Amino acid sequence: MPQFLFKTKFDLTVLLGRKAKNAAQLIEGIKVVPGSSIYFHTHKFLQQHHYLSPEPPNDFAYWVANVLNEQALGEELSSVDIIQFNTISDLRQKFIAVLGDYLQTSRRTVDAPPGEEFYFMGSRTFVVETPHTAKTLKEFRSCLESVSVHSLYYHIFDARLRLEREQNDFSEWFRKLGKEKLAEQMLNLDPYTHTLEGLRKRIIQLVKVHDSD
Amino acid sequence: MIQIEDYASIVGKSYLEEMQLLAQKLARKTVQNINSTAVGGGVAEILTRMVPLLNQLGVQTRWDVIKGDEKFFVITKNIHNALHGLPVDLSADDMAYFREINNNNALQMDLSSDFVFVHDPQPVALIEHRKNLKSHWVWRGHVDFSQPYMPVWNFLADYVNKYETAVFSAPSFARDLSIRQVLIAPSIDPLSDKNRDLPEETIDSVFQRFGIDRSRPVITQISRFDYLKDPVGVIKAYKKVRKYLNAQLVLAGGGATDDPEGPKIMEEVKKEADGDKNIFVLFLPPASDIEINALQRGSTVILQKSLKEGFGLTVSEALWKSKPVIASAVGGIPLQIAHKYSGILTHTIDGTAYWIKQLVNEPEYARSLGKNGREHIKNNFLITRHIKDYLLVFISLLHDGDLVYL
Repeated sequence: MPQFLFKTKFDLTVLLGRKAKNAAQLIEGIKVVPGSSIYFHTHKFLQQHHYLSPEPPNDFAYWVANVLNEQALGEELSSVDIIQFNTISDLRQKFIAVLGDYLQTSRRTVDAPPGEEFYFMGSRTFVVETPHTAKTLKEFRSCLESVSVHSLYYHIFDARLRLEREQNDFSEWFRKLGKEKLAEQMLNLDPYTHTLEGLRKRIIQLVKVHDSD
Repeated sequence: MIQIEDYASIVGKSYLEEMQLLAQKLARKTVQNINSTAVGGGVAEILTRMVPLLNQLGVQTRWDVIKGDEKFFVITKNIHNALHGLPVDLSADDMAYFREINNNNALQMDLSSDFVFVHDPQPVALIEHRKNLKSHWVWRGHVDFSQPYMPVWNFLADYVNKYETAVFSAPSFARDLSIRQVLIAPSIDPLSDKNRDLPEETIDSVFQRFGIDRSRPVITQISRFDYLKDPVGVIKAYKKVRKYLNAQLVLAGGGATDDPEGPKIMEEVKKEADGDKNIFVLFLPPASDIEINALQRGSTVILQKSLKEGFGLTVSEALWKSKPVIASAVGGIPLQIAHKYSGILTHTIDGTAYWIKQLVNEPEYARSLGKNGREHIKNNFLITRHIKDYLLVFISLLHDGDLVYL
């Protein structure tokens, strides 16, 4: 019986020393910063405001809308549907495309007030094994009730996009257990539309339906 | 003495369990904090609380304080002011004396810990005595470095570049350095007198003592009386809304007794208040944590209308108490408030006045901001997160790469 070992992660925020004061500088930064920075700026609000649904948008959209006051561009950037991207590289290209289109058609340059520039950051992620392991769905459910939201976050969000495993860790394990239907249901869940506690409850509900099979 | 387990009821058992997992990765390692004062000031305050908690987590942590004379601290005060942007030049003699005092301290200190964590500019030159290459040195700047006076910053940067990592409190404080720079925000302690839960009777008695009517809206700014906190702007914003709201304004904080501009600011504040009985200007002595806590808890809306700000921990304090906060988008405040989600960010007196009216008249919306604000502080700006980040910065020095499996 394959065992599921719950891991958790810790992020240390790295200051990259690069800033942007307008949309043109933002696109230049997005082109060159490390992938961990794109991941950071598209997931920071989600991690920091995981209790909110809908959560504030990605950092690029938030800055463009609230600091540059470019509402239309902000809306376009916030509409980038992260769940549709399997790699950070594709996600980066999407932001470059949206900003590129805007710069081609826009006739004006809006600069951020001094001190409110966009500061590029990234993160170093440290993954640690927790003492929580499960061999059955019932044990899995019990572990899921007690691990931290960071563990949940790691197995759902980091696994799929930061580690580019294409699917989340839970679906992969359900499949190994022969629980194809549960694995599919888990894959079809859009985690970006839940609070983390809401997501935890939803997964526990899903597993509960299957753990007596 | 506060125990690390006491925080479980606030951040959850799983959070503490994870801190312990992280601390285990530093088993048998030693950490040495070094700063320039054992009491007074934010750094000493946080180390006083943090060092025992790190030891309880099993990380052998000590705290040493460098010694200096008046001449040294006049120089370091000038350095401090220069880092805040004042054009204060250091003479060659000042620089030599700064080095000499650091050198004397280094010779008297045992610097053999695995991690040497140096706080602020005063002891920065100790790095010259990094004898044991196995030891890891981290420097943390606690002040606002967003627009430093460059000649003085360049003098310090020569030392900072010899460390392995520099830690700053806000993204805009990062400098052009050859070493890795990380962001670690400061924190508040939810179990301290300034932040712990208070019985309603205590809040009532503090308001009664100051003659403030709790049955009417109370708009409050807690901060020392300083131009950068814009107390006059706060009164102006209040005056714009007082005819629409039956509200009172409280300006409370420490009197700036050592600030030569203090009396002038007070004169301007009094002039602007113009004898309005609904404006309460309160000078609080240093040991007024309970009073500040009560004033924050009993207020309807909290303001932090700073023109410039380091991190702005008074915002964290107010949000922790589930208060709707209207604050300027300066320094570390935008890290604490996501506009219209966990508070309101403004840039002007008119903007502040507009939002005071909105929040007093829309208590449901104000409540939702306060509720989100508390959650945001709970997840990101409590001492437990701060300790976790420090553990992480030490561990990070032992590994390479953006993704590390411990």
